[in-house]
Amino acid sequence: MSKMKNGNLIVSSAPHVVSPVNTSNIMRDVCIALIPAMIMEVVVFGLRALALTAVCVAACILFESITRRLLGRPDTISDLSAVVTGILLSYNLPAGLPFWMAIIGCFVAIVIVKQVFGGLGQNFANPAIVGRIVLFISFATPMTTWVLPKSQQTVDAITGATPLGLFSKGMDVPSNMDMFLGFIGGCTGEVSALALLLGGVYLVFKKVIEPTIPVSFIATVFVFALVTGLDPVFHIFAGGVMLGAIFMATDYVTSPITTRGKIIFGIGCGLLTMLIRLYSSYPEGVSFAILLMNILTPHIDNLTRLKLNGVPAGGDK
Amino acid sequence: MSSVSKHLKGIHVDHCKNTAGQPIVQMPVPEKVYIPMVQHIGAPCQPTVAVGDHVKVGQLIGDNTAPMCAPIHSSVSGEVTALVKGMTAQGIVDTSIEITTDGKQEVAETVVPPTVGNKEEFLAAVRSCGLVGLGGAAFPTHIKYNPRNPEQVDTLILNGAECEPYITVDHMTMLEHAEEIVEGTKNILKYLNLKQAIIGIEGNKPDAIAKFNELVKNEPNISVCELLQQYPQGAERVLIYECTGKHLIAGKLPADVGVIVSNVTTVLKLQQFLDSGMPLVSKSLTVDGNVVKEPKNVEVPIGTPIIDIIEFCGGYTGEPKKILMGGPMMGRALPDDGKCIIKGNNAILAFDATFANMNPETACINCGRCVKACPMNLMPTALFKAFERKDVDTLKKYHVMSCMDCGCCTYVCPARKQLSFINKLGKSLVLAEGGKK
Ligand code: SF4
Ligand code: SF4
Repeated sequence: MSKMKNGNLIVSSAPHVVSPVNTSNIMRDVCIALIPAMIMEVVVFGLRALALTAVCVAACILFESITRRLLGRPDTISDLSAVVTGILLSYNLPAGLPFWMAIIGCFVAIVIVKQVFGGLGQNFANPAIVGRIVLFISFATPMTTWVLPKSQQTVDAITGATPLGLFSKGMDVPSNMDMFLGFIGGCTGEVSALALLLGGVYLVFKKVIEPTIPVSFIATVFVFALVTGLDPVFHIFAGGVMLGAIFMATDYVTSPITTRGKIIFGIGCGLLTMLIRLYSSYPEGVSFAILLMNILTPHIDNLTRLKLNGVPAGGDK
Repeated sequence: MSSVSKHLKGIHVDHCKNTAGQPIVQMPVPEKVYIPMVQHIGAPCQPTVAVGDHVKVGQLIGDNTAPMCAPIHSSVSGEVTALVKGMTAQGIVDTSIEITTDGKQEVAETVVPPTVGNKEEFLAAVRSCGLVGLGGAAFPTHIKYNPRNPEQVDTLILNGAECEPYITVDHMTMLEHAEEIVEGTKNILKYLNLKQAIIGIEGNKPDAIAKFNELVKNEPNISVCELLQQYPQGAERVLIYECTGKHLIAGKLPADVGVIVSNVTTVLKLQQFLDSGMPLVSKSLTVDGNVVKEPKNVEVPIGTPIIDIIEFCGGYTGEPKKILMGGPMMGRALPDDGKCIIKGNNAILAFDATFANMNPETACINCGRCVKACPMNLMPTALFKAFERKDVDTLKKYHVMSCMDCGCCTYVCPARKQLSFINKLGKSLVLAEGGKK
């Protein structure tokens, strides 16, 4: 046919441009958003807490790499999702937990919950949450031996109860200011509401998450506490509500896709959290609440399917 | 302003309109042109000339009596030197007429303004002009203007959105030829007996909007609709909704919701034909991309090889790896630069390897970005998973047939899934399944 200068060009389907946002820079942003809480875990609990986070991250990367290799699947370390799981799991553990137990948690999270189900995007529940719950059930005592903030440690008491533990026993709880800043007993990464909120604002600002789930989750806890005559501020700062609402319940894979679905999910998490806190033998309910809602996610997604434009409600056939 | 309060979703893409404000320059006649016999949706034309014939500008060189067909005219004067079979830029294998030009650009005797006094004569003129939808779809215009339900059709929408990155030629055309476009609009309203015309222009072209507003201020039945600065405002279904508030669902034609949509350039070419009798023989387009030395808006004879156009624009500055016919969101990637310009062509973009580079694909992380981007309110993530399972029922339930291939979902997907392409495959799967039953 006609003259040509360049053959062999790349032929691909449209579109030929894509947005700069990709999976690894989303995960990187989540890691960045977790940094304030990492600083606070060191401030509150010392370097032992940071060491625990480092161990979890290393273990998660290693488990991910090994399982992918054994299963003959391509390596996925570069998507950084294993790093996020490692940090989140460590944030859900008491600062003094023996490292080997934490590593078992990482094994459960990465190998059993994530890779056995097919890897990133396939898991039905948040790996870090399941990791924590399995540890909690298997090692009840070490998992509830709470290191006190360094500022409150005395010669003969370096561990003590969490605010929720004190609350469930009807004892005096710390001031709301201490809880907001994080000078309380608890899991390493969950104590400082301020640090977690900073991270959340960053994620919303970078459009990594929408505020829908955190807001509906936290608001539900707040309103529930208010209605039942409890201190609502105490309940949203105590335990894992902030960490759970901002970082765990917003996990894309295990939360609904549509805005309506997200609201239902957030409210569900809030309600279950409060029901467990008030009516079960566990002082804390965030992990179980999120896990239960993770399981319901496919159903919520199905119920909140979007309607095609121009198709009147009911005529969606 | 747009007539709807709730807009359809879409995405924000870098405009990259490097050629904005550049006047459209006439490219000299190339040495040879290759005019494909199929440049429209429908039956290919049969050549009406033979090798050795002398042809002039505007002379009929291909036609077919099939209703779904638009005639083809010579864009140059010269000699027919071959009938070649090969793949056109649209990826169709068919005959092209090779004409070796003589540079004189003599106009054919048949080029005289048509007499148009009624609808039939008007439609005949539209056909003999060889017009097809110049926005890219290349649907024969005379068929579009003659809907099955003329009583219900009352609105003409002019597509001046030009929402694809890089392309600026329609914008320039609107600025340079606004009067003729308005004239053409009035003729269409008159002969097709329509009530109103709406000119939809994306908000990033305030000068064009102002110009048309000025021109139609005494035309009660022509209005300008300022569209969002968002992709894909120019997609037919989005444009219809934004201009009229009516939804066009899959399997329906614009006429079913009472509208006819035409690109501004189509209306311009029609008006020029009514004035001069010169059929559609040239096309203006944007030439751009990071390996084109002097990006330009040019008017070229139909059938001009792309390489000649690039050379007219100063040649390549580096090795091209991807050449697009059309914009980066919906354009076609061409296998080589020897392909030739066809009627429905509005841009040639040439890029090097850095542009073609994409991050690796990861698993879908269920982030919902594709769902938040889709103008049709589809759920691309669910569709691609259903396609991977070859699950035709779910594909149907999630309305794969309503996907308009706009590419928004693929653009935003951080996992780099080829969502819109997978939907094309999904549609063929559903159609194949439907055929079996
Ligand atoms: S290509 Fe299809 S599914 Fe994707 S955004 Fe466009 S219409 Fe929606
Ligand atoms: S945008 Fe991509 S990664 Fe996100 S939900 Fe859609 S398909 Fe999955």
